[in-house]
Order: sequence, then C-alpha cells, then structure tokens
Amino acid sequence: MNLVLAKNETGRALSDSFAIARGRLPGAGKVAEARSVAFEAYERAGLPHRRIEDWKYTDLRALMRELLPLAPAPDAAALTRAATAVKLQAVKGARRLVLVDGVFAPKLSELGGLENGVTVRTLQEVLEAGDAALQTQLFTPDDTNPMVALNSAMMTDGVVIEIANGIVLKQPLQIIHVASGPVPAAMFTRSLLRLGKDAGATLVESYIAADGAKIYQAHDSLVLAIGDNSRLDHVRLVEDGREAFNISSAVVTLGAHAHFNTFGLTSGAAVSRYQATIAFAGEHSRVETNGVNLLNGRQHADTTLLMDHAVPHCASREVFRAVADDRGHSVFQGRIIVRPDAQKTDAKMMTRALLLSDDAEADNKPELEIFADDVTCGHGATTGALDESLLFYLRARGLSEKEAQALLIQAFVGEAIESIVNDHLRELAIAAAQRWLEARA
Amino acid sequence: MSLLEVKNLKVRVEDNEILHGLTLTVNPGEVHAIMGPNGSGKSTLSHVIAGKPGYDVTDGEILFRGEDLLEMEPDERAAKGVFLAFQYPVEIPGVTTWNFLHTALNAQRKARGESQLSSPEFLKKVREVAKSLNIPQDMLKRGVNVGFSGGEKKRNEILQMALFEPAVCILDEMDSGLDIDALRIAADGVNALRSPERAMVVITHYQRLLNYIIPDFVHVMSKGRVVKSGGKDLALELEASGYTQFEDAA
Ligand SMILES: Nc1ncnc2c1ncn2[C@@H]1O[C@H](COP(=O)(O)OP(=O)(O)OP(=O)(O)O)[C@@H](O)[C@H]1O
Ligand SMILES: [Mg+2]
Repeated sequence: MNLVLAKNETGRALSDSFAIARGRLPGAGKVAEARSVAFEAYERAGLPHRRIEDWKYTDLRALMRELLPLAPAPDAAALTRAATAVKLQAVKGARRLVLVDGVFAPKLSELGGLENGVTVRTLQEVLEAGDAALQTQLFTPDDTNPMVALNSAMMTDGVVIEIANGIVLKQPLQIIHVASGPVPAAMFTRSLLRLGKDAGATLVESYIAADGAKIYQAHDSLVLAIGDNSRLDHVRLVEDGREAFNISSAVVTLGAHAHFNTFGLTSGAAVSRYQATIAFAGEHSRVETNGVNLLNGRQHADTTLLMDHAVPHCASREVFRAVADDRGHSVFQGRIIVRPDAQKTDAKMMTRALLLSDDAEADNKPELEIFADDVTCGHGATTGALDESLLFYLRARGLSEKEAQALLIQAFVGEAIESIVNDHLRELAIAAAQRWLEARA
Repeated sequence: MSLLEVKNLKVRVEDNEILHGLTLTVNPGEVHAIMGPNGSGKSTLSHVIAGKPGYDVTDGEILFRGEDLLEMEPDERAAKGVFLAFQYPVEIPGVTTWNFLHTALNAQRKARGESQLSSPEFLKKVREVAKSLNIPQDMLKRGVNVGFSGGEKKRNEILQMALFEPAVCILDEMDSGLDIDALRIAADGVNALRSPERAMVVITHYQRLLNYIIPDFVHVMSKGRVVKSGGKDLALELEASGYTQFEDAA
C-alpha cells in the first residue's frame, strides 16, 4: 500500500517538474523520446526504498523524501560564488571543466592548448547537434535503475570528451561540479569520456559547494569507454556541502589490454550514493577500484560496485576503507560477476571499516557470482574500532586524543590511497582526507 | 622539590589490587633502579605514571614537580617531561617512524608553547640522535616498530627518549632482547642523557644493566610494594641470593 501511495505522491510532483523542465532540456527527436521512456521508467518505480534489495541500506524515500525542483541556470552572482569555491579546489596544471548548478560554465573553465585529437563539447551541444552514435552512447547507462532513469530523463548538461587513438594527455582533466547557492534545487548532469586505442588520460571529478549553499541534490552520471591498450587514471572527490545529496552513477567499459585505476573519496554530502558498473569487454585488462569514506555527524555514504568479468584473463582489485564517527553510516556493496567465458579471471575485493563511535555503522555486502571454473576470486571484510594500545602509545608520546586518532585514521585509509598509481592524484586524495581530519580536530 | 613522588599508591585492575600502597621519591639528577620478580607490579607502576587507561587508583597520589600527575591526560604528562620506554613497544603499521616522531615532538613543543620544527629542522635533529645510537636511517622510514626486531624496538624507545629530552625517564626492561653490543650502545645513550636536572627510573631483572647505568638507589618490589631500598650494592646482593627472602616480607 505504502508503495502505491509513495509513488503517487512523489510521482505526481515529479511529473509536474518534468513537464515544467521539459522546455529547458536539450535534445529533440530521438533524444526527447529516450528521455520520455526514461522518465516513464522512473515514474513506475519512484524513489528507491529499502525493500528493493539493491537499496536496502540506502532508502532514498526515507533519506531524500522528495526531488527538488530543477536548478535555474546560474546567474552572474551564482557564477561569482562558484568561482571562489572553484579556486580552492582547482588542480594545478589541470584542464578545468566547471559545471555550476548543472550547467557548463565556460568562464570558469580552462581548456587552453588542447592537444590535436582531443575534443571537448558540452552535453547540451551533443544532445542537440551531435551524431547519433554518440547520442546513443550517452544513453547506455541502465534505466532499470530508477536513479539512472531519472538522470537520463532530466540531464541538462555535462561534458563530452573524446580522445583519439594514440593520444596521451599530459595534463589531467578536472570536472568540477559546484552548487552555487542557498535555494534548494536539483541538478542533473551527465558526462562522457571516450578514450580511443593506445590513449591515456587522467580524470579528476570534484563535487563541491559554494559558501552558503544549503540543501541541494546533485544527480550525476558518467560514461567511460576505455579503448584497447589505453589507460585511464581517475579520482572522484565528493566534498559536497553537509546538507547535500549526491547520487552518481558510472558505466565503464574496457577494451583489451586496458588499464583503469580509479579511486573515490567521500567526505562531504549528507547522503551520497555512487553506483558504478565496470565491464571488461576485451581480454588482459586490469582495474583497480579503491575508495575511502570519511563520515561523521549523520552522514550516509553508499558505494555500490558491479565488476563484470565477461571475458577471460582480466584482473580486478577493490580496496575499500570506511571511517565512521558519530552517527555516520557507510555502505559498501560489491558484486563481482564472472561469466562462463571469463576463465583466468583474477578478482579480489577487500573492505575494512573503522567505527569511531558506538552509534556509527558500516554495512558491507559482498556478492560473488562465479560461472567459470578456472578463476581466482576472493573477498574479505573487517569492522573494528581503533586499537586502544596504539592510541595510548601515541598519547604517551604527546599526541592529543584527536591527533592520535588522526594518525591512525590516516594509516587506515592510507592503504586505499596508496593504490592510486598517479602521484599527483594520490596527493589530491591525501589532501582531501587531511581536510576531513582537520575539520574534526 | 622532588621531581616525582609516588605516595602510598594503591591500584586495581578490574577486581584485583596490584599495587598495595607503593611509595617512591625521585629527585632531579638521580638514577633509581627497580628490581623484582615477574608480576610484582613494576610495569603497572610505569603505566599508571604514564597515564594508561584501565587502571583504577584507589588511594595515594603521584606528584610531578608538586603537581597532581593523575589529573593529567597522558599527552599532557609527556609534554611536561614524563617519558616511559615501554617493555613491549607496539607496532603501528602505516605510520612511518619519522612522521610519528615529528608529529609527537611538535605536539609536545606546541603544548609547551615552543615553536614547531620544520621538516628539515626535524630531520637534522633526528639524524644526529639516530647516529649517536647507531640506528640506521632506514628504520626511520619504516612503519613504527613494524617488522623491527626486539632489540630494534628497544633502540627506537631510547631514540625517542633522546629526541624528546624528558625530565623523568622510566625505562621498563630496556635491556630485554638487546644483545651485548646493543645493550652498551643503549646504555651509553641513556648515560649521555644523565644530567643534574633529569632523573631515571630503570626497571630491570638483571644486575648487568646496572654495570652500565650505575644507579644511585636500588629498590626491590614484591607483590605490589617496595620491600627494600638501598644503594647499588643491593643489586649485587639480589643477584647472589634471589628474591625469595622478600616473598615473606611482602
Ligand atoms: N590488565 C590486567 N588485568 C588483570 N591483571 C593484570 C593486568 N595487568 C597486569 N595484571 C597483573 O598485575 C600483576 C603485575 O603485573 P606487571 O606487568 O605490573 O608485573 P611486572 O612486575 O612488570 O612483571 P614482569 O617482570 O614480568 O614484567 C600481574 O599479576 C599481572 O597479571
Ligand atoms: Mg613488566
């Protein structure tokens, strides 16, 4: 009964907002059709709730309750506030692509001197005037997931980056999502990065809020296609405002002999969910996906990964560390599928949670579905508190309780951070963890 | 004023009283040796002085330069100059020794209102100290005590003592696990720190250490009390006769 009721309530409100927003959403013809189909898919399901297995720890009906109206395009004042926030988070030497309230902001972006063979366009441009193949690729995320469907229906802007065969970018690309202001609003973005063969790139995604931003919802999704023999280094830093919602999805495909090293750190947002599907489409490829949640207050952060080994001779490593203080709640759901053809798969997953208070919580749900017989797969999980004898040793040497905890927390998350191959990205992650530790000191 | 005064200290762990009214007075410049059978409460005393949680002080007091030490947090005690070289130093994976030492030294300096040492300043200092104790630089890059041999862990404790320059050093069995050469180097390190302002409390089972670090006083602990005190010759007596004579006295 509840289900129907909730669906009607949230459904109606959203139908209205979809109808209102429609005029602003880019793309006609096939794109508009795809949006309608996606919207219907969302409307049938409504906000996911705990009785849907995949969402049992992250009940958006309880946590999020409603969808906020679509954010208006940023005005000059919003851009000024965003610019200040961007300055603090901009990665030195990176190409910067800034999305303010879900809309690409050329003035805040920095794209000078792009290599030949690299094109960067906005999602809006591509949905309105891009070729059909690219548009189709933009709709690859799976709309059976209601939050993906919603994103497909409502996506307003984002960036579309294509890197041609043989091009290795020297400078990192950074996509910065900024929420600019105090008016409660939702933004819907989708970005795509396509690496051809023998190519390489480094991508940083940062989610931040300008000073004074309060409740907002960032709905994002990312499509990554990594060609044969190509490599992508990727870091996501979720440092949204403390009242924010961040619901992000990613779909990643790897060709043969490809390498994807990805790391996510969530220390911001009231409620966040990152759901990623990583699929091996070519042999001899490798993925390291690592993450850290640093939570306190009443923060809730969910990482849900699906590692899809469809072809033989691929390797995947998942290392995840959660630190939860106060009433923080960390969720890690890791599913590994090894399909019948995927012999010689080597897949491992290790999660560890550190609870700093009695009310903190960490849920871990590993799922291994193995349909091939000649594989190495494993997973492990631990949950515990800080070791009292280590804390005392540090305190006996002059560290305050918070300082001693900070050193042990750094060591605990260090294991995940160390697996970031790119030095520059690793330093970014360390700095983000440091910001969290300093804020609690 | 005495540097450290332990008066009639009674300590319980869970439901067992382990120290039954222990008294010890340490003045600046003095070296005290504490000897006594296994389980007599030597480490318990050192832990209570350093502020380890889990001990219930039911009676008595500990004064440091006249201040109530039991009222202070462990880090406050460290900053004021109380140092315990642990009998069993812990391993801290993921925290490099040199980062730990730098953080600790700066934390103590901050608490005392002194300036912070920059990385180069700290490196210079720690290198000098490590060299004097024959500690290879490599050890500083490794996780704190991780994979260190028993002797290396002990040397790391002495290194910290030399670096922090405390006022009272309590050395809990610093000689256990050290080979003869390492023992001499560590003892030289301790002796180099002897000064008219600084006091040492050396807990040991073996008279041999006291040939290197010559004590002003020797105390015998048994069953949670000091049962006999004397000069350095008391250690020689103990070596000859053992502790059985004190079992009844306690
Ligand atoms: N946490 C604890 N719980 C229960 N009993 C304890 C605890 N800690 C110490 N004790 C007991 O207190 C007594 C004194 O222990 P302590 O470690 O202080 O002895 P010690 O003199 O240092 O011995 P050793 O020479 O073997 O190092 C022992 O009987 C020990 O079992
Ligand atoms: Mg002992």
